[in-house]
Amino acid sequence: MKILAAMSGGVDSAVAAARAVDAGHEVVGVHLALSRQPGTLRTGSRGCCTIEDSMDAQRVASRLGIPYYVWDFSERFKADVVDDFVAEYAAGRTPNPCMRCNERIKFAALLEKAVALGFDAVATGHYASIVIGPDGQRELHRAADWAKDQSYVLGVLTAEQLAHCMFPLGSTPSKAEVRAEAAERGFTLAQKPDSHDICFIPDGDTRGWLADKVGAEPGEILDRSGAVIGSHEGALAFTVGQRKGLNIGYPADDGRPRFVLEVRPKQNAVVVGPREALAVGELAGSTFSWAGRAPDAATTPFDVEVQVRAHADPVPAIARLAPHATTGAPELVIRPAQPIEGVAPGQTAVIYDGTRVIGQCTIDRTVSAAPVPV
Amino acid sequence: MAVYLDHAATTPMRNEVLAAYVAALAIVGNPSSIHSFGQQAKGMLESARETVAAALGVDPIQVTFTSGGTESINLAIKGLFWSRAPRNRILATRAEHHATIDALEWLERHEGAVIDWIPVDALGRIDLAALEAAMGDDVALVTTLLANNEVGTVQPVAEVVRIAGDVPVHVDAVGALGQVPLPAGLAAVSISAHKLGGPVGVGALALARGSVVTPLIHGGNQQPYRSGTQDVAGAVALATALTLPHPDVAALRDRLVAGVLAAVPDAVLRGDPVDRLSSNAHFTFPGCEGDSLLFLLDAAGISASTGSACQAGVPEASHVLLAMGLDEPTARGALRFTLGHGSTDADVDALLAALPPAVERARAAGLSG
Repeated sequence: MKILAAMSGGVDSAVAAARAVDAGHEVVGVHLALSRQPGTLRTGSRGCCTIEDSMDAQRVASRLGIPYYVWDFSERFKADVVDDFVAEYAAGRTPNPCMRCNERIKFAALLEKAVALGFDAVATGHYASIVIGPDGQRELHRAADWAKDQSYVLGVLTAEQLAHCMFPLGSTPSKAEVRAEAAERGFTLAQKPDSHDICFIPDGDTRGWLADKVGAEPGEILDRSGAVIGSHEGALAFTVGQRKGLNIGYPADDGRPRFVLEVRPKQNAVVVGPREALAVGELAGSTFSWAGRAPDAATTPFDVEVQVRAHADPVPAIARLAPHATTGAPELVIRPAQPIEGVAPGQTAVIYDGTRVIGQCTIDRTVSAAPVPV
Repeated sequence: MAVYLDHAATTPMRNEVLAAYVAALAIVGNPSSIHSFGQQAKGMLESARETVAAALGVDPIQVTFTSGGTESINLAIKGLFWSRAPRNRILATRAEHHATIDALEWLERHEGAVIDWIPVDALGRIDLAALEAAMGDDVALVTTLLANNEVGTVQPVAEVVRIAGDVPVHVDAVGALGQVPLPAGLAAVSISAHKLGGPVGVGALALARGSVVTPLIHGGNQQPYRSGTQDVAGAVALATALTLPHPDVAALRDRLVAGVLAAVPDAVLRGDPVDRLSSNAHFTFPGCEGDSLLFLLDAAGISASTGSACQAGVPEASHVLLAMGLDEPTARGALRFTLGHGSTDADVDALLAALPPAVERARAAGLSG
C-alpha cells in the first residue's frame, strides 16, 4: 500500500514509520507544520512542531530511505484547534485540543489530502489497534499497553476515517520497547522526551496563556444556592473539580472542603460546593459519532464502559440515544453505574465495549448525582 | 529517470570546476603564510581573485571572498549601512530574497534602520517612480535583485542607479549573474558560486572604489573587509565557474513555457514574459496547492520548487507573489521550473507528460492544507 507516515519528530511516529517500511509498504514521511512561527528549539519535554522536531523527523526519514515533506496546516490548525480551544474555554467548557486536532487536522484535512493525492492510508504513532470485526468492518480497539493507550483521543474517528488509518504501534507491549527499537534502528531521537500538555502553549502555562487570549476580570464565587461567598480574579482560571486556590476566607458551614462545581463565563462566576456535588449521575451530548459500526438499536439502552478523560479509568455505564428535552435533537445519554467525578462540559466521553471503542460525544450537559439541598 | 528542474536552487557542479576544485584542495599552504607553501597558495588565490574581478568589471582589491551569497548580501547591506551612518534609511523592494529581507529587518530591529519598502508591479518589477519619490539625503543605500529569483523578472537596475545618484546601490546578482549583464555604477555586487556550477559555501562581494563597508567578521584581517583563513580551493572553483559561459537554455525554456500553457490551459505564467531570466519558468496553477504539485511531480521523478527554498521546508505563500498583488490562494498554487547546464528536451518532455495528471490530482486534493 501507499502509506503516508505522519512524522512529528517524536520517537513514536518514527518507529511507526519504520514499521510501515518494514511491512513492505511504499512510505512517504510528512511533517505537519502547525505554526507559522514555530519555536526553534525544544525546551524540556514540552511542545512539538519546532524546527528541531522537523529536522529530527527528516533525519529518521533519511535513515529509512523514504521521501519526506513538510506540509503546512497552520491556518487550519489555528482555526480548528487553537481558536476552538479559546472559544470553548470562553464558553466555560473544558475542551481537549488533541482530540480536535485528530478530528479536524490529522484524520481530516491531512487524511483527505493524502487520499486525494493517491495514498491508501495515513500511519501515525498512536497507541491503538485496528481490528477487523466479525462482520469484516474495521474496529478501533485499545492498544496492548493500556498505560500508553490512546484510543480515547482517537474516539472521534468514524468508519470512513478508520478505513484509511494505520497504527503500527498498537500491539507493542510497552513504550520502553518502542524506545529500545528506536535505539536499535539508530534513531538519535530514541531518548527524546515525550511531548505532553498542549503543543501550542510551549511553556505549559495554560491558565496564563488563556488569560492573555480571553482576558481575566474579577468576579464572584457563589455557593449552590446562589449566595456570594467569595471573589476571584477571573472565572476561566478555574476547572470543575478544582479544590485549591479558591481563597474563600472562611470554612463552609459543615467545615468540609469546597470544590468548583461549575464555571459560568457569561456571569464571570464560579460555583462551589461539597465534594459529593461533583458526582455526576448522567452526562449527555448531541455532538456524537460512532467509531465504525454503530450499535444495532442505539435508542435501546446498551451496556458500555465510559471514559471521560485521556487517563481516567473506564467505568461501567448504560448508554442510549434519546431526543434532547428541548431541541429534540438526538443526544447520546450516558449513565454511569456509579456516579463519577471530574466531568465538565466540553470534555469528550468515549464509550467502549471491552477494548473496542464504540463512539463518543462531546459532553454538553451533566446531571449531578447529589441534588441541591433545599 | 530523475529530471532536475530546480537549477535556481543549486545547479550541478561543472566538470571543469570540479577538476580545478579537487586539484586545489590537494594543495597545502595557508595563503597568509610567508613561506613557499603559503606563496603557492596565495598565488592561486590571487589568480582566482583576478578572474572574479575581471568577470565583475572591477580590480582584484575590490573583490572580497565570502562563504556565499547570504554572507555577501549581509556584508554589503549591513556594512554599507554602518559605514554611512548617520544616514539611516534603506530602500528595497518587497520582492527581495530572504537574505536581504531578513538582514534589513534585523537592522530595523537592532540598529535603528528605517526600511522603505518600494512596491513592485504585477510582473515583479520595481516601481521606479516610488523609488524616486523615496530618495533623499538620509538614504544609506538602495538594494535590489538583478533579477527576481522566484519569478525571473529582470529589474531595471541601470535606472535604479541613475535615480539613486550618489547613494550606493547594492545588487544581489546571486541568481542572475551570467544571464543578465551588470550595469555600470554599482556600489556593491553579491554573487555565489553554487548558482554558477561551483560549490556551495563560496561567494564574493565586489565593491566599487570608494565604497566602504564595516566588516561583519573580525580576526586576522586576511581580507580588508573579512577575516578568516581564505578558502583557496573555493576561490579557484568560483573563478573557474565564472570562466564558463552560462548554458543557453532560453529556447528550451520557451518550449517548456509553451508546453505547460498548452497542457494546462488555465496555468498562468508569472513574472515578465519577455524580460526575464532565460532559465526561469514560473507558473501558478489555479485550485492547486503548490506543495501537492511538488510532491506529485517528485513522485514522478521530476524535481521542481514552489519558490525559494526556506527553513525547515515549510511552504508558505510566496512574499514575492503577494508583493505582485496575487491573493494568497492563487499564490499558494505556485511552481517554479528552472533550467541549467545539462537540461535537455527529454527533461521538458517528461515534465509535460507528468504535469497534467499531477495538476488534476492536486486540484482534487484542493487547498485543503
